[in-house]
Amino acid sequence: MAFTLYSLIQAAILCINAVAVLHEERFLSKIGWGVDQSVGGFGDEPGIKVQLMNLIRSVRTVMRVPLIAVNSVCIVLLLLFG
Amino acid sequence: MGTEQVRFASTVLLAELAQFCVAQIQQAKPRARAAPPAGDSVLFEDTSSAAPAMNSQGYYTSGYNMGEPSNDMQGGGGMNNLFADPMANAAMMYGSSLANQGKDMVNKEISRFMSVNKLKYFFAVDTRYVLKKLMILMFPYTHQDWEVRYHRDTPLTPRQDVNASDLYIPTMAFITYILLAGMALGIQKRFSPEVLGLCASTALVWVIIEVLVMLLSLYLLTVHTDLSTFDLIAYSGYKYVGMIFTVLCGLLFGSDGYFVALAWSSFALMFFIVRSLKMKILPSLSSDSMGMGSNAKPQLRLYITVASALFQPIIIYWLTSHLVR
Repeated sequence: MAFTLYSLIQAAILCINAVAVLHEERFLSKIGWGVDQSVGGFGDEPGIKVQLMNLIRSVRTVMRVPLIAVNSVCIVLLLLFG
Repeated sequence: MGTEQVRFASTVLLAELAQFCVAQIQQAKPRARAAPPAGDSVLFEDTSSAAPAMNSQGYYTSGYNMGEPSNDMQGGGGMNNLFADPMANAAMMYGSSLANQGKDMVNKEISRFMSVNKLKYFFAVDTRYVLKKLMILMFPYTHQDWEVRYHRDTPLTPRQDVNASDLYIPTMAFITYILLAGMALGIQKRFSPEVLGLCASTALVWVIIEVLVMLLSLYLLTVHTDLSTFDLIAYSGYKYVGMIFTVLCGLLFGSDGYFVALAWSSFALMFFIVRSLKMKILPSLSSDSMGMGSNAKPQLRLYITVASALFQPIIIYWLTSHLVR
């Protein structure tokens, strides 16, 4: 399995795109992973599920605008150079 | 416009530029002055004393000559001869001051992403530390004390504490591994420069993947530890020492030597990783373990440590088996 740095970047972009397309009210709330269901107990150990939901929410918030730019660049490059 | 006039105008512009940058250099800029080596300082004095007079004179002469196209050829030729040497000197001074400005800007930009001081901590090593650490990496079974010593809340530098992690050994081991891979492929007559780059980027990508997975799992399990990203990169890079040892034994002693060395370095590295990470990840459990703490937590942390240790032999085998066919 010979990796190049470019394949790593491609894999990272695909993963972040996959996280970014998870819709809040159509999907995440239906399976109990919405933001309103993450306010759990006030202990000091939030638990894996809460951490994961927080991670998904923060990735979606932060990465929305840069992903537009990165995806556009990727599309143009793939169209030009295959 | 004739080419002579264009050349003239460009020489005038260059003269103006040289005068401007010489004036800038002569202002109080000690760093720009300290940067050029000793051999250039003589040139620097010559340029600052001789150039302005010639520059201003040349400028006025050229300004005067611009209005008289009949003198263009002669004036242009004369001025080019005058500016040949001081122009090169002034351009060199300007280039060095520009390089210094660029270096400052790069440092400022990099320090926004990662603190350079923290990086310097990881490279503060000496020979004694490197030798002891390499011995611990290859034979960790007799090492007694695995605690990282602190000094008033800051961890000690690797020079003073052999348990501290550093980035010097992983970096050097990575580069040595790439060179060794090239040599191994050359011995088997399978070498080409692209393969070397591919090998290097594959190893780098595996390091990045491992560090990202470790970071993700540490975040998800809310392990409050002082393991920074650089620490994880260091622990991930220590496997290259084992890989170098394995590849060398494989080249020297054939396939049997390869598997013996693989087993030896795998066990040593697994022992080392488990003992080191146990100190960092698991003791934070004892500080905040209350009666209501779920039982899943210590097990999950143990799973992380053991999984990270078990990953090492797999990746060592994966990255070295194609070199010792």
